[in-house]
Amino acid sequence: MSILSFFNRRTSAPVARDRLQILLAHERAMVGQNDLVGVLREEILAVIAKHVQVEPEHVRVKMERGDAISTLEVEVDIPAQAKVRIALSA
Amino acid sequence: MAKVLVVTSGKGGVGKTTSTAALGAALAQSGQSVVVVDFDVGLRNLDLVMGAERRVVYDLINVTQGDAKLSQALIRDKRLDTLHLLPASQTRDKDALTEEGVAKVMEELRAKFDWVICDSPAGIERGAWLAMRHADVAVVVTNPEVSSVRDSDRIIGLLDSKTLKAERGERMEKHLLLTRYDTGRAERGEMLKVDDVLEILSIPLLGIIPESEEVLRASNLGTPVTLSNPASTPARAYSDAAKRLNGESITMMVPQNRRSLFGKLFGRKAA
Ligand SMILES: Nc1ncnc2c1ncn2[C@@H]1O[C@H](COP(=O)(O)OP(=O)(O)O)[C@@H](O)[C@H]1O
Ligand SMILES: [Mg+2]
Repeated sequence: MSILSFFNRRTSAPVARDRLQILLAHERAMVGQNDLVGVLREEILAVIAKHVQVEPEHVRVKMERGDAISTLEVEVDIPAQAKVRIALSA
Repeated sequence: MAKVLVVTSGKGGVGKTTSTAALGAALAQSGQSVVVVDFDVGLRNLDLVMGAERRVVYDLINVTQGDAKLSQALIRDKRLDTLHLLPASQTRDKDALTEEGVAKVMEELRAKFDWVICDSPAGIERGAWLAMRHADVAVVVTNPEVSSVRDSDRIIGLLDSKTLKAERGERMEKHLLLTRYDTGRAERGEMLKVDDVLEILSIPLLGIIPESEEVLRASNLGTPVTLSNPASTPARAYSDAAKRLNGESITMMVPQNRRSLFGKLFGRKAA
């Protein structure tokens, strides 16, 4: 071990601080987004369920973040024999 | 008017239970009526730290389920008659604690005490959520160490979104309690400094509690450190923190636990 690395070894706290700052900036953004996707998913599911009978796990909501724009992808599997309530109530 | 305070952290073993007991005793010493409530179902420890483990008859779950009256479950401290403990259940399933049950008990406690201090379990699951649910004020206990700071950040996010106060659109009052702090190691760059943690978490500082063997001694004795040795550095730091919770403005002291050369050579703290 060189003398230099002996002294450097001790000051690991600045590294810890920098790593935390980067990580938490990322995680804070993620948490907000996860919540948004969760909320959207529930509300989309509720709207669909008013008209078509679908299982909750057949509704997938995905958010992809880009630099300029983000895209929201909604994928719903509707089984062939699903009851379409619009038809019934019309 | 009662204040409900949650002592929380995300991470386990950072000093929540120790801090609940020390702050509770310090607030009770100032003449206010205080109850400390253990929310750690299945892993209760507040009874031990308070030295009341042999006096537990009924617990929080018994009260929420109507098996016991609140007055039967509350344990009055032998040293300070303004201090009370509501223990957690050690044997029951965690799911036995319900949101409605907790709401009912918290309402009763609010009517009886000046301070209701909730000792949260570790984690970010239901137990931690129930402990913070009714809080007016939160004390976020953090060690100067990466995983503790990260978990505290997560808990702060939950305090701002999942509490009744947040759901009503009100601002949750949050304070940082930095515990197990070693000034020497922070100065030498081996450990995060107070300012590093404050900058990252950006909530106001309530106190800095040094790493100290007095804390261990206090828990061995079953006496909150603010009562076992009021003159010790951790006890003074906790007492100042309690005063700040009461709205007093007290100058913040960075505890000096530097060792003298003599202490270093013989591996113990200088007197
Ligand atoms: N300031 C301190 N100095 C030394 N040991 C401490 C300090 N604070 C807590 N401890 C010890 O750390 C351990 C965990 O503390 P505890 O209060 O039970 O944490 P938590 O409730 O967050 O899990 C205990 O053994 C306790 O005595
Ligand atoms: Mg604990």
